[in-house]
Amino acid sequence: MTKVTLTVNGRAMSGECEDRTLLVHFIREKLGLTGTHVGCDTTQCGACVVHMDGHSVKSCSILAVQASGSTITTIEGLAGQGELHPVQAAFKEHHGLQCGFCTPGMVMTAVDLINREGGTLTEETVRAGLEGNICRCTGYHNIVKAILAADAEMAGSRQAAE
Amino acid sequence: MYATSYHRASSVEEAVKLKSANEEGKYLSGGMTLIATMKQRLAAPSDLIDLRHISTLRGISIDGRKVTIGAATPHADVAASRELAAICPAICKLAGHIGDPHVRHMGTIGGSIANNDPAADYPAGLLGLGATIVTDRRSIPADDFFIGLFETALEEGEMVTSVTFNAPEKAGYAKFNNPASRFAMTGVFVAKTAGGVRVAVTGAGSSGVFRHPGFEQALGSNWSADALSNVAVDASNLMADMHANAEYRANLVKVMAKRAVASAG
Amino acid sequence: MGVEGIGARVTRKEDKRFLTGKGRYTDDMTVPGMKYAYFVRSPYAHAKIRNIDATAAKAMPGVIDVLDGKQLQADGIGNLICGWMIHSKDGTPMKMGAWHPLAVDTVRYVGDAIAIVVADSSGEARDAAEAVVVDYEQLPAVVEAVAALASGAPQIHPEAPGNLIFDWQIGEPDAVDKAIATAAHVTEIEILNNRLSPNPMEPRATLGIYDTAEDHYTCYTTSQNPHVARLVMSAFYNVAPENKLRVIAPDVGGGFGSKIYIYPEEIICLWASKKTGVPVKWTSDRTEAFLTDAHGRDHVSKVKMAFDANNRITALKVDTIANLGAYMSLFSSAVPTYLYATLLSGQYDIPAIHANVRTVYTNTVPVDAYRGAGRPEATYLLERTMETAARELGVSPAELRRANFIRTFPHQTPVIMNYDAGDYEASLNAAMQAADWAGFAARRSQSEAKGKKRGIGMSCYIEACGIAPSAAVGSLGAGVGLWESAEVRVNAVGTIEVLTGSHSHGQGHETTFAQLVAGRLGVPIESINIVHGDTDKVQMGMGTYGSRSGAVGMSAVVKALDKVEAKAKKIAAHLMEASEEDIVIENGELKVAGTDKSVPWFQVALASYTAHNLPSGMEPGLKETAFYDPSNFTFPAGCYIAEVEIDPDTGETDIVQFVAADDFGNIINPMIVEGQVHGGIAQGIGQALLESVQYDENGQLLTASYMDYAMPRADDLPSFKLSHQNTPCPGNPLGIKGCGEAGAIGSPPALINAITDAIGHNKLTMPATPMKVWQALHPAH
Repeated sequence: MTKVTLTVNGRAMSGECEDRTLLVHFIREKLGLTGTHVGCDTTQCGACVVHMDGHSVKSCSILAVQASGSTITTIEGLAGQGELHPVQAAFKEHHGLQCGFCTPGMVMTAVDLINREGGTLTEETVRAGLEGNICRCTGYHNIVKAILAADAEMAGSRQAAE
Repeated sequence: MYATSYHRASSVEEAVKLKSANEEGKYLSGGMTLIATMKQRLAAPSDLIDLRHISTLRGISIDGRKVTIGAATPHADVAASRELAAICPAICKLAGHIGDPHVRHMGTIGGSIANNDPAADYPAGLLGLGATIVTDRRSIPADDFFIGLFETALEEGEMVTSVTFNAPEKAGYAKFNNPASRFAMTGVFVAKTAGGVRVAVTGAGSSGVFRHPGFEQALGSNWSADALSNVAVDASNLMADMHANAEYRANLVKVMAKRAVASAG
Repeated sequence: MGVEGIGARVTRKEDKRFLTGKGRYTDDMTVPGMKYAYFVRSPYAHAKIRNIDATAAKAMPGVIDVLDGKQLQADGIGNLICGWMIHSKDGTPMKMGAWHPLAVDTVRYVGDAIAIVVADSSGEARDAAEAVVVDYEQLPAVVEAVAALASGAPQIHPEAPGNLIFDWQIGEPDAVDKAIATAAHVTEIEILNNRLSPNPMEPRATLGIYDTAEDHYTCYTTSQNPHVARLVMSAFYNVAPENKLRVIAPDVGGGFGSKIYIYPEEIICLWASKKTGVPVKWTSDRTEAFLTDAHGRDHVSKVKMAFDANNRITALKVDTIANLGAYMSLFSSAVPTYLYATLLSGQYDIPAIHANVRTVYTNTVPVDAYRGAGRPEATYLLERTMETAARELGVSPAELRRANFIRTFPHQTPVIMNYDAGDYEASLNAAMQAADWAGFAARRSQSEAKGKKRGIGMSCYIEACGIAPSAAVGSLGAGVGLWESAEVRVNAVGTIEVLTGSHSHGQGHETTFAQLVAGRLGVPIESINIVHGDTDKVQMGMGTYGSRSGAVGMSAVVKALDKVEAKAKKIAAHLMEASEEDIVIENGELKVAGTDKSVPWFQVALASYTAHNLPSGMEPGLKETAFYDPSNFTFPAGCYIAEVEIDPDTGETDIVQFVAADDFGNIINPMIVEGQVHGGIAQGIGQALLESVQYDENGQLLTASYMDYAMPRADDLPSFKLSHQNTPCPGNPLGIKGCGEAGAIGSPPALINAITDAIGHNKLTMPATPMKVWQALHPAH
């Protein structure tokens, strides 16, 4: 057993685990943050996406020990208690989710995409940016709509802040 | 995943030492292939030596037209490098289409080429550029580095530390995705280098990445997509699976080569 | 229409928990002392089990126990069953082979469960599973249905000679043969409907908890119908009597049919919990899902469609072979019969139809209902045939369809169904207009100028959903009734709980069901909670599948609400000394019509519970239950148009536009209905272009992960153009049809009709992968 120390959603957390424990299982089982999901075994579906040191990663393909020392944001930490991040709000407003299982990964992906390419997104670049996430419910139509709306809103508030 | 022991190296020397102390161990870079393979219990290294925290392995440096990319540089950094895009946009484009955004944040150039997956993109890029692979003990030309399916010239314990190449006059990469895995079902990298035209094909060859002399010759005398129209692609050495038989791959090799030339910058 | 009532685009009440990571799915559940299960599964498609040796596995670190099929059988756990009896045309009952939850002596598909390992961690359970030594005697296997029927094929179940489960027919063979013999034109076509894996993003999971003190079981599971699960596990599998078994389906991450069935793992984890004395959780990985979740489709059909000289259809003859896999799953027999052949009249007035269906065992995963279940197979067959006929007859696809549309209702088809309402031409016109069908020729020229091939195709679908009158399905062989239940429970301060037997696993019932109540009573939607998915909380219900939750589940809520309102009006009348007939309910108040007298809803609720001043003889409380049994199926219909551009160099198909014009009757929440259509279309496009379960000749599954099974991703799909033409359903109080499956039913033929239009010939099967399209364009290859 190895001790893993992480800053998760702004709080220092640590726990013991086997070296073979995946980050996603550490987050779900040791930290009790079950919003991050596992939907495949081959690094493809993206249900497990979290941010590690500011970048989106697939927590099913990283060992917890590899991540030790890093800063992690999960879906639970995206907005303050009881609040919705603009991307979360846009998913609700535009019905960008149905069963909710892929949703945390989709939202974390969308936030990363807007962080990188915010203000320039188009339907085509959003669809390309979702190549690492699979949704079986929505046909992506409303996810794309939600991300474009969130991008526009966030670009608007950035502009307003400047 | 079978049980394994994790070690975090902070220098190349330490990593090599750890590896030699653990014969059944493996270097772990981004882990985007290795961890996935271990999850499926298709690999069972006793030990993992993590290279991601060795700062000297990370980064892109450009000296005139000479490019050096540290082995632990993630694909996303290569894709986003403006300096590199200014002299070799094709390699940035290639890196920007590996896997998906999350994979590109973790996966590294060194990990990709050391694994030498027959459908990976970087092997085509480096072979096409005539790059040199630098290890902890020597320099290996790309022509000698990529040997076969998941097979390279790396010796036991040898570690890729960087790759270097001279920016070509022109280069392009075109890839046709496997509809399921999104790996290259065929990817072709073309480059007009000081040493002549080089064409490297990934995703199609039954023994991994390969150069296409016929295309190189044709492009050598006429750098245009049309020059490839009458050059035959031999299907007999190409992979066949449920997504693409050898004939279809042979067609893709030519179509992607033409598109790579047409898009070359 | 109020802002929160029927017809409003209300955003979903359930979204916040899903968006903030607070959804509670089965794999999120942990209980004290919980251990992890891993299943030993057959690596062979067909083999005898000579011996199972778990000695080494039991000695491994963390292992609690390893249990096998003989122990399960010895404890009296029953075999899995198919719940719908079909008789062959010779009158003999279907030939169901034994399906042991854990294989006892024979394995029949790769993935067949053999033993369960329970250990401290999932890793240790899997380590130990690899140490279980199973001695197999390999047997020859067969994976294709047609091959399984051939003489000399490997025999899969002793109960089903020649692997034939039943040979069933519907319609009038003589009338059809006669019409074909005298037809002006007969279109003949062979249709393959590819095998699919449903792939909800949440893999199946179950947590079995046995309580020794109470001799009681709790089963958390990924189910679309927890009550049916409890019923079947009690009545047929002898897990426990119903009062000793609680089944909870918490948040469920999609189902699409695959979570209707009660699988071996649920039964085994409950049993293993009693055997080991610890709660046992099993979570499928994706490869296990491919290997064990029921697949869908897999039909091979021969079709003849006869026309008179005026291009009117005179007869349809269909001969189908359906692959049911290694065992008969819960509703597997109904899918290629009553959910399929009864829809073969489509939107057309066809005087005579005959369909013959043979179902077959193979050494593959059991096949059962997947989104659409039989209706996509019927629609694909019919709409490919119509398109082919139009080309052969030299008329436009729209013209041929218009010439044959049913135009008067009700309409009795020759294959059981009685269509109640519809306007097929309205959807066709709307779709053609939205797609700018008239401008297609110009767009095709533009594509040709770029060296691309462009094609356009349509599909006019009808489906039967809201399944179904219980007596009718009972007479056709169903083992259960298909009504739904509801309880409306008004609390003392007027807030409301609605308990429904429907189950939401993405459909948004917590919003739409609440909209119905909010609209009726004029109370805020926040004051209404929808409770579902727990057999201890909700009265018996039948669950969600077959697009039935709106038409059947909500109709039950309407019935219960009617009773609640009637009682509330009596109380209000009493309180205001008015006549009960004069009371109206509006904006959260009970008013005396034509006066300014009113009493707020909450006050009536409170009065019902204080019971200080109720009409004489009235029982206290305000809570009513209703069971609703539909009088007919509902018949959503519509027209879908796909336009594609094909790159002849690579065979890649780009969907340049996709138009859907649907008639779902009245709509509760357009936003949610549109979402259902989007998702259905995406799965239909998946079937048409990407998805295909493939086995090798030895029965090894080649598409056992997303590395080889192509799931539609965002950049494979366009945005969709939707419209609705609503003819209310006369059969239920809300006038609603059903929208959950239409997209998956209507879209595949539209795509393939468009692609074959582009490539100029009909030799193409689904999925139309780039390689297959390229080969179709370059026949020499």
